[in-house]
Amino acid sequence: MSEIRELARRIAGEASGNEQIEVVVASGSDTNVTAYQGSVEKFTSATSAGFSIRVLLDGPSGARIGTASTGALDDEAVAEALAQARDNARFATEDEFLAFARPDGVAAPEIDLVSPHFDALSTADKIEMALELERATRAGDGRIRQVQAATYVDYRSASVIVSSLGIDVETAETGAYLSVAAIAHENGENQSGYGLSVGRAGSELSVETAARDAIRRSTEMLGAVKAPSTRTTAVFDSRTASELLSIISSALSGDMVVRGRSFFAGRVGEKVAADAFTLVDDPTDIRHFAASPVDGEGLASRRNALITDGTLTGFVYDTVSARRAGTASTGNALRGGVTGCRALQLLPGTDDFDAIIRQVGEGIVVRSLRGVHSGVNPISGDFSVGITGRMIRDGQLAEPVREVTIASSLQKMLLDVVAIGNDIEWLPGLAAGQTIAISDITVTGS
Amino acid sequence: MATDLLLEPDVIDAVLAVAVANGADFAEIFVEDTRSTTTTMDQRRVEDLMSNRSRGAGVRVIVGSTTGYAHTADLSLAGLLAAAEAARSVAQRQSGGATVVAVGAAQVHAMRAEIEPSSVDRARRIEVLRAADDIARSHGGAISQVQLSIADNSRRILVANSLGLLSTDHQVRSRLNVSCVASGDTGMQTGRATLAATAGFELFAPERVAETANNAARQAITKMSARPAPSGDFPIVLANGFGGVLFHEACGHGLEADAIVKKTSIYADRVGELVASELVTLVDDGTCDGEWGAIAIDDEGAPASRNVLIENGVLTDYMWDYVRATQEGRASSGNGRRQTYQDLPMVRMTNTFLETRDATPDQIIADTPYGVYVAALGGGQVDTSTGDFVFGMTEAYLIENGEITAPLREANLVGNGPDVLARVDAVANDFAMAPGTCGKWGQQVPVGSGQPTMRLTGMTVGGTAA
Repeated sequence: MSEIRELARRIAGEASGNEQIEVVVASGSDTNVTAYQGSVEKFTSATSAGFSIRVLLDGPSGARIGTASTGALDDEAVAEALAQARDNARFATEDEFLAFARPDGVAAPEIDLVSPHFDALSTADKIEMALELERATRAGDGRIRQVQAATYVDYRSASVIVSSLGIDVETAETGAYLSVAAIAHENGENQSGYGLSVGRAGSELSVETAARDAIRRSTEMLGAVKAPSTRTTAVFDSRTASELLSIISSALSGDMVVRGRSFFAGRVGEKVAADAFTLVDDPTDIRHFAASPVDGEGLASRRNALITDGTLTGFVYDTVSARRAGTASTGNALRGGVTGCRALQLLPGTDDFDAIIRQVGEGIVVRSLRGVHSGVNPISGDFSVGITGRMIRDGQLAEPVREVTIASSLQKMLLDVVAIGNDIEWLPGLAAGQTIAISDITVTGS
Repeated sequence: MATDLLLEPDVIDAVLAVAVANGADFAEIFVEDTRSTTTTMDQRRVEDLMSNRSRGAGVRVIVGSTTGYAHTADLSLAGLLAAAEAARSVAQRQSGGATVVAVGAAQVHAMRAEIEPSSVDRARRIEVLRAADDIARSHGGAISQVQLSIADNSRRILVANSLGLLSTDHQVRSRLNVSCVASGDTGMQTGRATLAATAGFELFAPERVAETANNAARQAITKMSARPAPSGDFPIVLANGFGGVLFHEACGHGLEADAIVKKTSIYADRVGELVASELVTLVDDGTCDGEWGAIAIDDEGAPASRNVLIENGVLTDYMWDYVRATQEGRASSGNGRRQTYQDLPMVRMTNTFLETRDATPDQIIADTPYGVYVAALGGGQVDTSTGDFVFGMTEAYLIENGEITAPLREANLVGNGPDVLARVDAVANDFAMAPGTCGKWGQQVPVGSGQPTMRLTGMTVGGTAA
């Protein structure tokens, strides 16, 4: 048994009387190398740990919860955090729906997120990979004038969740990625683009993939003009489609639904999207970089259908939001008392990106989204974001465009999906990506 | 009193000596002890009370153009020496490099906070939330939900380096957020307002709490009758305050020396050139007392200062941190900031604002036959290599025949930095600042943005109406 698990059990064991205690301990180490102009610009090697204690007090009209967290694991820090969590709980409002998770008998999926090859690379190998990434990006196209940062990152993390109600789990994972931000230059104009390669260990990463991606994304934007203002079909590539799914997911959180902050509230069983649209949240799928055997409360991860053939089938819940909704947790507690989707994927369609461009004929490809945090309101569904991308003419990619906005509403966009690609890309973050084409989008440019 | 320091001077000297032992040019230790609390209320229930303490140190070693960094939560001598050894692993030389200058007497700083948050009972924070909740709900039945949070952050830092610097700061910040949802036949709309300052609990004076709650409720209700924003290029009048985020995005990030030194900014090599309308004088000033981005020293120990970036349209200077300033043989401008001890510092803004001119806000609106009046902005985002940026209008109205008329639904504005700076054609005399959070390469820091009411001759509004 690990040291942190022992510590967590000891703290949870201090629960007495009408009190429950839940302890989450996370620890990890990471290496970060950034290359710039042929030498190492930054090298960071760090280990960190932190724990969060929640104390629940049962009372006549319900329970109260207080939280405290700290980055140190010494006895003094632990005692201070526990005292603060207890104090915090006393000032909360009693609420009949508040509760910690109880073991629900669902077995956690056996997924191993630790690469056996994680330690295969030496520090010198990691540095060389970052340097090679910068070289390959510069050398791959004469128009690349600058590489802002070529970075190698890997990390190993472990977490433990223990509660006085019998939750007692430990998970571990490893991960690594390469990222490179390139600036292409031609005729006095700069354009930027970044490339990525992701894996569970450094040895799985591809310098070529990351470099090629950054080169294509920066050079294809050279000569960009404002798009003509129009109403047309927008084709989101795998990266921007992943961002779009992440935005929509907020409205599928059971917590947002029970609080009346979702435009999906009360609409289960209704048609909310095009027939081809089937969305699941599946953190048990090991191909997804957000996969994990348990949720933030220590309950087993499970596959949850959200939208099936365009019909809204359900929401995701943690223990408290499920109690408010009169249902059971779906294993969707995130850290920090938040409920949400964890590992989204869309059922693939039949065509790849190029085939979808041909079918669409006339439209616009969305390569990057800007202003998502300010231009999308997941409560009202209003959607207006800045984009860069390419025009589609005669079924072919045409001129690059910038300083363009696209606007619609999330509700309407889901119904206006006209094609979904078969080109699923397992991106880091909440949602896997694949090509999605959406019609009747307002494009504002010149 | 020595116990006021987060680390004893002899420990600091020992750590710095180990950090430079492989022949480094510079070594630094940054120590942080931050306590923060957040209390949230939703539908009148006090839901979450959270306390956090983050305490640790980061050791930075620079050798040539390479930086090594390691951080630890273990502030014992052994823990700090281990971090120093990890950070210096980038230095391969066995001799030469810097000689450590023993740290001198500490320069102790503190931002003004009359009531230190840790002295405030939890019940008093809850009273503030209840007062704001009552005021928001007094706007009537259309307000279906009120969600609030009150937060404070008391951050003590110590910076010492091999040049002999030893400096500390104590930065106290307090914040109240009020979010309202208005519901009706047209769906749900949201209103949001924030009261935030580099200050203690004294910030939450009843009249300021009331103003914040009133603004959030009024915004949500107003938007219930909003029509879709237009789509196209229109004159824009920006209300005073957070409109300053326009300058933060349109050119602020492009004036940060990391983008300048790497020549990835469109503003590189352009000092002395006319880059904006002559009405534009842009300043970044970490010393603005009480503002959200105020600091006494930056996270490299440099004193905050007032830096004029653009004067009457002419680019005068960039913002600098230690690394970039040293590369260019000049002094830091006090803009080296980091989110926590776990992060390397980089060039960041503090309080960035446009200076006032003579017009009045009423004149500017009256002189605008047709356009969009932006009363509140959400965040924005910029690509510094092209200057292309967006920012979101969270409260906006049409201007018709020189008068503010119909409210508009949320939409983004898009523009290009240099282009928009040239389009400033009126600036008023009603200066105001607003708080914000700026994200860059994954690090969030508090910043202030400010400007008087001003007009742009045209900008692209990304609405859906024809």
